[in-house]
Amino acid sequence: MSAVIESHNHDDHHHGPAKGLTRWLYTTNHKDIGSLYLWFSFAMFLIGGAMALVIRAELFQPGMQIVEPEFYNQMLTLHGLIMVFGAVMPAFVGLANWLVPMMVGAPDMALPRMNNLSFWILPFAFFILLSSLFMEGGAPNFGWTFYAPLSTTYAPPSVTFFIFAVHIMGASSIMGSINVIVTIMNMRAPGMTLMKMPLFVWSWLITAYLLIAVMPVLAGAVTMMLMDIHFGTSFFNAAGGGDPVLFQHIFWFFGHPEVYIMILPAFGIASHIIETFSRKQLFGYASMVWAMASIAILSFVVWAHHMFTVGLPLAAELFFMWATMLIAVPTGVKVFNWVTTMFKGSITYETPMLFAIAFVVLFTIGGFSGLMLAITPADFQYHDTYFVVAHFHYVLVPGSIFSIMAAVYYWIPKWTGNMYDERLGKLHFWLSFVGVNVTFFPQHWIGLAGMPRRIPDYALQFADWNMISSVGAFLFGASQILFLFIVLKTVMGGKKATPEVWEGSRGLEWTVESPAPYHTFTTPPKVS
Amino acid sequence: MFRKATTSVNKTLLSGFITLFSSNMFAAWDDLNMTEGVTAISKEVFDLHMLIFWICVVIGLVVFGIMFYSMFAFTKKKNPSPASFHENTKLELAWTVVPFLILVFMAIPASNTLTKIYDDTEGDINIQVVGYQWKWQYKYLEDDIDFFQNLTTDWDEIYNKTPKGEFYLEEVDEAVVIPVGKKIRFLITANDVIHSWWMPDFAIKQDAIPGFINTAWTIVDEPGTYRGKCTELCGKNHGFMPVVVKVVPQDEYDAWVKEKKEAAFRMAELTEKEWSVSELTERGEGVYLKNCVACHQVNGQGITGIFPKLAGSDIVLNDKARNIEILMEGVQGAAMQSFANQLSEVDMASVITYTRQAWGNADNGDGEIVVPKDIVEYKKPKV
Repeated sequence: MSAVIESHNHDDHHHGPAKGLTRWLYTTNHKDIGSLYLWFSFAMFLIGGAMALVIRAELFQPGMQIVEPEFYNQMLTLHGLIMVFGAVMPAFVGLANWLVPMMVGAPDMALPRMNNLSFWILPFAFFILLSSLFMEGGAPNFGWTFYAPLSTTYAPPSVTFFIFAVHIMGASSIMGSINVIVTIMNMRAPGMTLMKMPLFVWSWLITAYLLIAVMPVLAGAVTMMLMDIHFGTSFFNAAGGGDPVLFQHIFWFFGHPEVYIMILPAFGIASHIIETFSRKQLFGYASMVWAMASIAILSFVVWAHHMFTVGLPLAAELFFMWATMLIAVPTGVKVFNWVTTMFKGSITYETPMLFAIAFVVLFTIGGFSGLMLAITPADFQYHDTYFVVAHFHYVLVPGSIFSIMAAVYYWIPKWTGNMYDERLGKLHFWLSFVGVNVTFFPQHWIGLAGMPRRIPDYALQFADWNMISSVGAFLFGASQILFLFIVLKTVMGGKKATPEVWEGSRGLEWTVESPAPYHTFTTPPKVS
Repeated sequence: MFRKATTSVNKTLLSGFITLFSSNMFAAWDDLNMTEGVTAISKEVFDLHMLIFWICVVIGLVVFGIMFYSMFAFTKKKNPSPASFHENTKLELAWTVVPFLILVFMAIPASNTLTKIYDDTEGDINIQVVGYQWKWQYKYLEDDIDFFQNLTTDWDEIYNKTPKGEFYLEEVDEAVVIPVGKKIRFLITANDVIHSWWMPDFAIKQDAIPGFINTAWTIVDEPGTYRGKCTELCGKNHGFMPVVVKVVPQDEYDAWVKEKKEAAFRMAELTEKEWSVSELTERGEGVYLKNCVACHQVNGQGITGIFPKLAGSDIVLNDKARNIEILMEGVQGAAMQSFANQLSEVDMASVITYTRQAWGNADNGDGEIVVPKDIVEYKKPKV
């Protein structure tokens, strides 16, 4: 991305970016930091993806072929941690950095130096996490949910490094969230009331509050682990009077809002893209905001639906089942609004729109399986099987990740000043679309048929569909190399983009030229 | 559940698809759905699953139907000038209230079934289930029967050196035996990390948590052999700790109980017997392969940094007392658990003797053997 912005010498009285490596190390510019986040997240996406392919390669056939069970567990743990904390979350923070100031008509983020810090501690966190692969005893091997006591008494020594890495990630997220909230609350252009904010900004405002609420809870959980491991406490050790289930309550009190942290910004993105390519104002703006807020609030009272099998009392099971089912209401409202926006629109199918439509359809399928999982008695059969794996990959891959890709295609002309290659973009979409469905759809079936998750080898009746799922995974993985190529090609050159880029685009970011100057909105625009 | 006798792992993708769309497609389809199971509760759970599934399908058809219609009917070509409506309070109210009502409709049967599952009165037979890394222990509380359940699939099958059998990864050395028609109550806990005891045909999945006892119950009316698995990541061999339950008529069950009790008596006699080194070593090798190889490996080398090696270990070579102590008590804060309750005195003595004799240990150390009476002695209360 550097090549582009350097080649663009925007000639006004503001200084341009510095040269060389220090530009990126010292930068306090929201656009630079946005790019750093996005590139970092893409690198993590490839590393986490490579680990997923190790998993799928091992599961290609029954029997142990490629790795040992011990290493397999390390792969599934790191894959989860890297995808959640390294790929999806930083990608959304990167998008927030690039877009929130431009969307609200602010010159930059409110706290630019903290912005630099919150990015630059991240690579260290992941360096520490990944270096655990080379430590004696291997990397963390207890799943991304790191249930005690497997992650305490029975963990490899590298768990201490894992705890430190999680602390750093948490600090980064909290700083990033504070920055987003302060920017949105204080730096909106005159006339932009809260209910006039673009939905991506709304989605991030809500997400940032969720992050601030739950990241300290995660930090608490890992600190208690640290105490159990090194300082002789027994928070989670039954033999010392502690409670292993307490860990799960704390973890999922963080964990459930966390999964909405990974989907709310996607809702914002999809709303913008569907509106643009339908050439019709988004249906039900106010109810979209209401729905996101409801989902966020509900996310704090549903955590134990991840724990239906730990032996909760009947009253708790009933409460968490009903509360979880309720989430379907605001989520449904969002889907109905998107569909109604398209109804009687004037639709074209550029790559961002294809990804956004696939997002709506496949995320909804993930929502349906989520509803099924909420039904406690049925969950006794689904829990910890591939049905769950299929469910959360449907909401995370064609959900969160498709939305991120849609966002990149949608805004990259604004970022680089060049149009991406539409033909290649569509090819990338179709390969990803087929890949993701071939990978994850059959996992519903093998899960229902009884295959537990997190196993390196399986009984023979699951063989056929595991093989097909693995083929899909390699297709999906390979098509992301094409994505990298398309992005690089767009950064280097291409058809020049107009300021508004898309025929139906709405919002302040489309009023500045493409590529967006290094400094935008140094005098705030007026919003009527 | 429909099951293929053998599945050729070399099947090409193409033939996979052909199987799917061939005449036995419906049999194949059953294999891809949740099992109906063999208990009243499991059938109710299955019906609930199908009910919610079909509701989702119908909602999906309506929503995606309108969406796909819009995608084809309202392209820029066909509809160059978009409509301008962007809200409609009545419509929005409707699609908030109607889904809520559908949810209530789903929640009622779900809550009813759940309440039935939560009947935790005592069973006719109460069995304590204890999860260990990586096996299950069953204690029949009324009959004083106590045994472990280990995977019997050969490691050569797992590592593709020999063909895989019909019940690959789903076969064990000793099935849990229960009679038909009786209420069986399981009291589920764990010894080390969290496990989860899953028997799909009974719709029971209950986490086994150290320090807690969870309960589950079932009444099975169809005799048969039912297979389940551990469903909570519990370490390296999580994928290799299946559950097998054999449901038999009452008289067969009574005979089994009698046989188990006699076997316990014979074991007591063995403890008194005078053992030779080779007898102990031979028996010990079997015990070792069943209980110890997962961590310490066949060659006694362990895994560097996690599981200590036994070949050439100073304790195994020269410190008989400590050697016994470790197996009896486990090692605090490490993966090594206490085997005091898992192994009989005979098996305990023979496996220690085996490790003190194997891999050249006999030549490098004191070569002392451990006999069952040593273990009995160790177990006596110390004054």
